[in-house]
Amino acid sequence: MKPLCLLGRILLVIGCCLVLPAGAHDAMPPLDIGQGGKCVDDPGFMRLNHMKLLLQQRDETVRLGVRGGRYSLAGCVDCHASKVNHSVLGTDRNFCQGCHTYAAVKIDCFECHSSHPRPAMESRR
Amino acid sequence: MTAVTATRSGERAYYGWFLFCALLALVGLWAAHQMESQGHVITGMNNQIVWGLPHVFAIFMIVSASGVLNVASVGSVFGRAVYKARAPLAGLLSLALLAGGLTVLMLDLGRPDRVIVAATVYNATSVFAWNVLLYTGLFVSVGFYLWTLMDRTMAAWTQPAGLLVFVWRFVLTTGTGLIFAFLVARQAYASAVLPPMFIAMSLAWGLAIFLLAQSALLRWKAMALHPGIHRRLKNLLGIFVFTVLYLVLAYHLTNAYFARQMPFERFVLRDGGVITALFWGGYGVLGTVLPLLLIFLPGLGTPRSVGAAALLVILGAFSLLYVFIVGGQSYPLQIFPGYVAHSTFGDGAVGEYVPSLPEWALGVGGVAVACLMTLVGVRVFNFLPRDVPEQAVESN
Amino acid sequence: MTAPAVPPRRQFLSQGAALTAALAIAPGLLLYDFARARPPGEPASSAVRWGMLIDTTQCDSGCSACVTACRKENALPEPVRLTDPQWIRKVELEQEGSGRKVSLPMMCQHCADPPCVDVCPTGASFKRADGIVLVDKHRCIGCRYCMMACPYKARSFVHEPVTDHSGATPRGQGTVESCTLCVHRVDRGEIPACVEACAREGHQAILFGNLNDPDSAISRRLRSVASTRLRADLNLDPGVAYEGI
Ligand code: HEC
Ligand code: HEC
Ligand code: HEC
Repeated sequence: MKPLCLLGRILLVIGCCLVLPAGAHDAMPPLDIGQGGKCVDDPGFMRLNHMKLLLQQRDETVRLGVRGGRYSLAGCVDCHASKVNHSVLGTDRNFCQGCHTYAAVKIDCFECHSSHPRPAMESRR
Repeated sequence: MTAVTATRSGERAYYGWFLFCALLALVGLWAAHQMESQGHVITGMNNQIVWGLPHVFAIFMIVSASGVLNVASVGSVFGRAVYKARAPLAGLLSLALLAGGLTVLMLDLGRPDRVIVAATVYNATSVFAWNVLLYTGLFVSVGFYLWTLMDRTMAAWTQPAGLLVFVWRFVLTTGTGLIFAFLVARQAYASAVLPPMFIAMSLAWGLAIFLLAQSALLRWKAMALHPGIHRRLKNLLGIFVFTVLYLVLAYHLTNAYFARQMPFERFVLRDGGVITALFWGGYGVLGTVLPLLLIFLPGLGTPRSVGAAALLVILGAFSLLYVFIVGGQSYPLQIFPGYVAHSTFGDGAVGEYVPSLPEWALGVGGVAVACLMTLVGVRVFNFLPRDVPEQAVESN
Repeated sequence: MTAPAVPPRRQFLSQGAALTAALAIAPGLLLYDFARARPPGEPASSAVRWGMLIDTTQCDSGCSACVTACRKENALPEPVRLTDPQWIRKVELEQEGSGRKVSLPMMCQHCADPPCVDVCPTGASFKRADGIVLVDKHRCIGCRYCMMACPYKARSFVHEPVTDHSGATPRGQGTVESCTLCVHRVDRGEIPACVEACAREGHQAILFGNLNDPDSAISRRLRSVASTRLRADLNLDPGVAYEGI
């Protein structure tokens, strides 16, 4: 993902403010959940709180060195990457991108983090 | 107060400058956008020269932002009417320069989108974080000071506000000097002379900018400067240029005295190529000797030659900062004393750096932002120095 | 110097097999302490301080296995320009006067009093409880003040957008990065990739272990041989020590 410049972001935010009220009623395309199984927490709870949980997990892992945390980003990707393109991004059906495009949220996580499952997960498929 | 109206040609010049600066500022923004989307590869900066031309521009403006306030301080703290008449312009220039400098510094960040992080999480041991507080403080205190100058009901506060600004800008420039003075690892920087040197530089550069801005404004309104005031200001500039020279000499002489610093001094003063040329030619001849001659030689010292001197002082400032910032990083870190080192990562080798077009555009764009703010400010607030003739003669 | 190619077979060796292979090269010599994997959910502890002892007499100037291993582990690009990152590099030294030649790997020295951490305006540079100095890339604004402050030139700035995300550590444009002491491996109870590669080449020039444990191999060796910390004059107490310079 190419980072948008600051100016671009400001314009984007303004643009979204103008456009969103009109588009907000379109239905979200069905999401490709990926691997299946059981989410790390209640899906409804995750939908509302995943941002906070991820940021908290991030600080715990990076700064304190806590590994194997429940809300690991790599973990989400392992599970939620589509079986079609092996990614959480790419199309508006892909898990993280689909919902965020719908909700007009922009995240930079995947500038650094891989949007593909880790090799170990991939080979298990 | 008499209303002063601009001449027709003055108006044309005003809008000409306005458009020109707006254009440069836009080019600067474009450059920043390129740097953010393609990365810093498109600059000349690399893993050895990590701070380059944008930082030369930014630090020049931030240091001058503090020095330009000197004119205001002398007016309000020491009660000199001649300077007091100039305080509003000085305050405006200070805010504009600080904004311009910070714009460059911010847009050069690898992640300008995260400035909010810098504003919300502080690392208390970081000089950089202190500086963020100092910059904010300067905006607030200068803003307050300007308010007391413009609003008659606040006049009683002018003196305390002036004192606050006076103290604050000293601390701020000390802080800027400390950004470098705390870098123990590098030969060029770990020196206690740096904070006073930065203060002296701020006084000289700030006054040079003030003189140029003042003469442009007077030309715009077709006014002339009282000769007495002119003489006082030009002598002040001369003294400041001398002070900088003295501290630059002190810095290099103390360095040359320590055997371990000698190779570094040889690099700057003799073997550094562009760095050496900029030091002697740019700072020494053009930025110091020539301005002093223009100011003090009998027969010179006219408004025109002092204007040229002020321009040259600014040119010298850029040369000196380039030598200090880029030259200081070009000289290789001495990690293995007693050994000659080489590697694929520039160990033991003089760093390579050629500023690229986007860096120039960003730096010049920052200056343009400062000019734009000044142009708008003088128009909106009518910040022209107005001298009552008797005041001009009063002191000395 | 071209790096010796790693035979593909080795890529399939499991960690344990690599260890055994390395030990077999030097029977009777304990190469490194087994870093105990921390149980999930437990933070790094200050009872441990990770460090390295580099024996330059065992380091071959023609070998850059450590550098190659680091690059592979972290998916770093091959360095060709001055803007390319180098978390670990080989430095060739020649003593003035005597002409004695020394070759050694140089990386973040994981100081106890790191200047990069002192100067970082946002606290992105930080030292973990177990002494590993890291950049929290979520907080880094890319000001490069830490690079100005580092006496070892250990840090790189990501000058370009990153396209290869296959590495163990996420990387991204506009942030500063450096050797992490392979924190992701150490937390799993493994040793850093460079240490493993060096042993695999049969040089065993890098000893990795817990400096806080008086009985660890590295502590015992530091007690018995003369070693140097780089720029000891700065009193930064680096976690990396060198023998033979
Ligand atoms: C073990 C696999 C697995 C892991 C790991 C996992 N999820 Fe899920 N997640 C699921 C499944 C399956 C669902 C769908 C459940 C359902 O709809 O009943 C889901 C649902 C969700 C939803 C709600 C989607 C919707 O349509 O409303 C969100 C949001 C979510 N996950 C986020 C995350 C995040 C963030 C992480 C990482 C911290 C994560 N998940 C980790 C399997 C996983
Ligand atoms: C500039 C690069 C960069 C960006 C952008 C970035 N991260 Fe990270 N992230 C890292 C690095 C480096 C680590 C450390 C990995 C390690 O030590 O194993 C990390 C680790 C993490 C971890 C702990 C490891 C894991 O997989 O669970 C989480 C959680 C995390 N990041 C979340 C995020 C989120 C959420 C975002 C977006 C808001 C984000 N990161 C954006 C570089 C980045
Ligand atoms: C069901 C919809 C949905 C899904 C699926 C989803 N998100 Fe979100 N996400 C949101 C919404 C809505 C927000 C904005 C919340 C707000 O601003 O209050 C958000 C915000 C975030 C933020 C914080 C952004 C910020 O700047 O504050 C992060 C980080 C994030 N999501 C990560 C992820 C990741 C990683 C995934 C995929 C594993 C994911 N999300 C999947 C709906 C979703």
